[in-house]
Amino acid sequence: MKPELIEVVSNRTNPGIDPVVHVWGWEVPVYLFLGGLAAGIMVVLSAMELRSGERPTSRGTRWAPLAAVALVSLGMGALFLDLAHKLHVWRFYTTFQPTSPMSWGAWILMLVYPVLLLQGLSNLNGRERTWLSERLGPLGGLVGRVSAWADEQRRPVLWTTAATGVGLGIYTGLLLGTLSARFQWNSAVMGPLFLASGVSTGAALLLLLRPDAKEHAVLVRWDTAAIAIELVLLAVMILGFLTGDQADLVAANQLLGGAFTPYFWGLVVLTGLAAPLAMNLAEFKRRMPATALGPVLVLIGGFSLRTILVAAGQVTGYGLLP
Amino acid sequence: MGAPKREKRYAMAMDTKKCVACSACVLACKAENQVPEGFCRDWIVEEVRGAYPNLKAENRSERCNHCSDAPCVDACPTGASHYAEGGVVLVTHDKCTGCKACVASCPYDARYVHPEGYVDKCTFCLHRVKEGKLPACVTVCPTSSLTFGDLNDPESEISKLLASRDHKVLHPEAGTNPNVFFLS
Repeated sequence: MKPELIEVVSNRTNPGIDPVVHVWGWEVPVYLFLGGLAAGIMVVLSAMELRSGERPTSRGTRWAPLAAVALVSLGMGALFLDLAHKLHVWRFYTTFQPTSPMSWGAWILMLVYPVLLLQGLSNLNGRERTWLSERLGPLGGLVGRVSAWADEQRRPVLWTTAATGVGLGIYTGLLLGTLSARFQWNSAVMGPLFLASGVSTGAALLLLLRPDAKEHAVLVRWDTAAIAIELVLLAVMILGFLTGDQADLVAANQLLGGAFTPYFWGLVVLTGLAAPLAMNLAEFKRRMPATALGPVLVLIGGFSLRTILVAAGQVTGYGLLP
Repeated sequence: MGAPKREKRYAMAMDTKKCVACSACVLACKAENQVPEGFCRDWIVEEVRGAYPNLKAENRSERCNHCSDAPCVDACPTGASHYAEGGVVLVTHDKCTGCKACVASCPYDARYVHPEGYVDKCTFCLHRVKEGKLPACVTVCPTSSLTFGDLNDPESEISKLLASRDHKVLHPEAGTNPNVFFLS
């Protein structure tokens, strides 16, 4: 065993690195949140229709895929702001690096746009298609042709959207999960956790878009299932840290007594998961009417999860080991 | 047909018994590589262990470990971080987007974002090595505590040093196969 460490003095004071790594600010959690949200919308909407065979009936669910395009674009905007060498952003698209989740993500995002546009245009009813094509000027003619083609290919489009959504949701977690030098991220659960969180936030946003009663009932079930899975995955993640090596124990401590404990338990577990789960269950038993509060709390929880993990991960590195 | 060309594996041995923590290596690197003000590619760590009066002090000159299984190369989405001649890990500035995935992936926190936007770090002074010179930090060390060479050449000074002296790498548990060794 090494003798007890008394003192370490280093003359390294690199900005963004010392005393602890802090290279990713608000931009990355914002992107991970919006990407997860879009992934959730893709998975939930597609799976709902593949299961029921019924097209979206409310205005909110019809326009949701196009809203997801806007969310992904906002997220990519945040990601662009995070790049230190912005003029080289095109370099993502001159190569594919199979070991880099960020490279996978860059290409998945290129797939997200066409599938969301196909699903989104095909979702619209006749009046909405006319309304949109009138506003798109010279591109207006495309709306009719693309949506007609997507109507014919409806099921393949839905399957592709769902699969791409799963890829997008998992990749946002793997982006952190593969960076094992950061103990807080070094968990195989990160990919499924971010996907489950994306599905619950996606369902929550759809619930805020005034779905009709039938859609509402299905969405609450999706939201509830995703929250329950997320709680299980968080428990698995923490148990994994607790039963791991010294590095894992550092990560466990951050959430169980360390600096991030009140934020994690207060904002993510209680506010973002337990409270909306209880409200959904009360709604099932008809003890409480549906309100916007539950979905809003889920969205707050989803954003908090990413913000806290991005921050906590950066401060947990090998420098913390004795 | 000649004999197949043997691949080189560049490495550095740092003698913790000789280092006096003078920081000459740090300054030489800054001058050689025009490291921007406030940043460094190599640095000094002074570590004290034990319980008084049984103390053990160790001085180390640290830098990128040019790992053989470098997580930064795996994490890079554009191929900017790559293995160059002799296994040296380099960043092609022109390909780097400044996404900082490599910075987060490094167990040694050896990388930083250069004010011009690309990620930067120690290069083992490969530009000098290609000219038959030694890295700047090795050249300037007043106690000769730094040794640079080819680990795949059993006759090289570094191979002989590592064969004859106790040595360690930093955080072997990270599993990255570092190529900077600390003699003790």
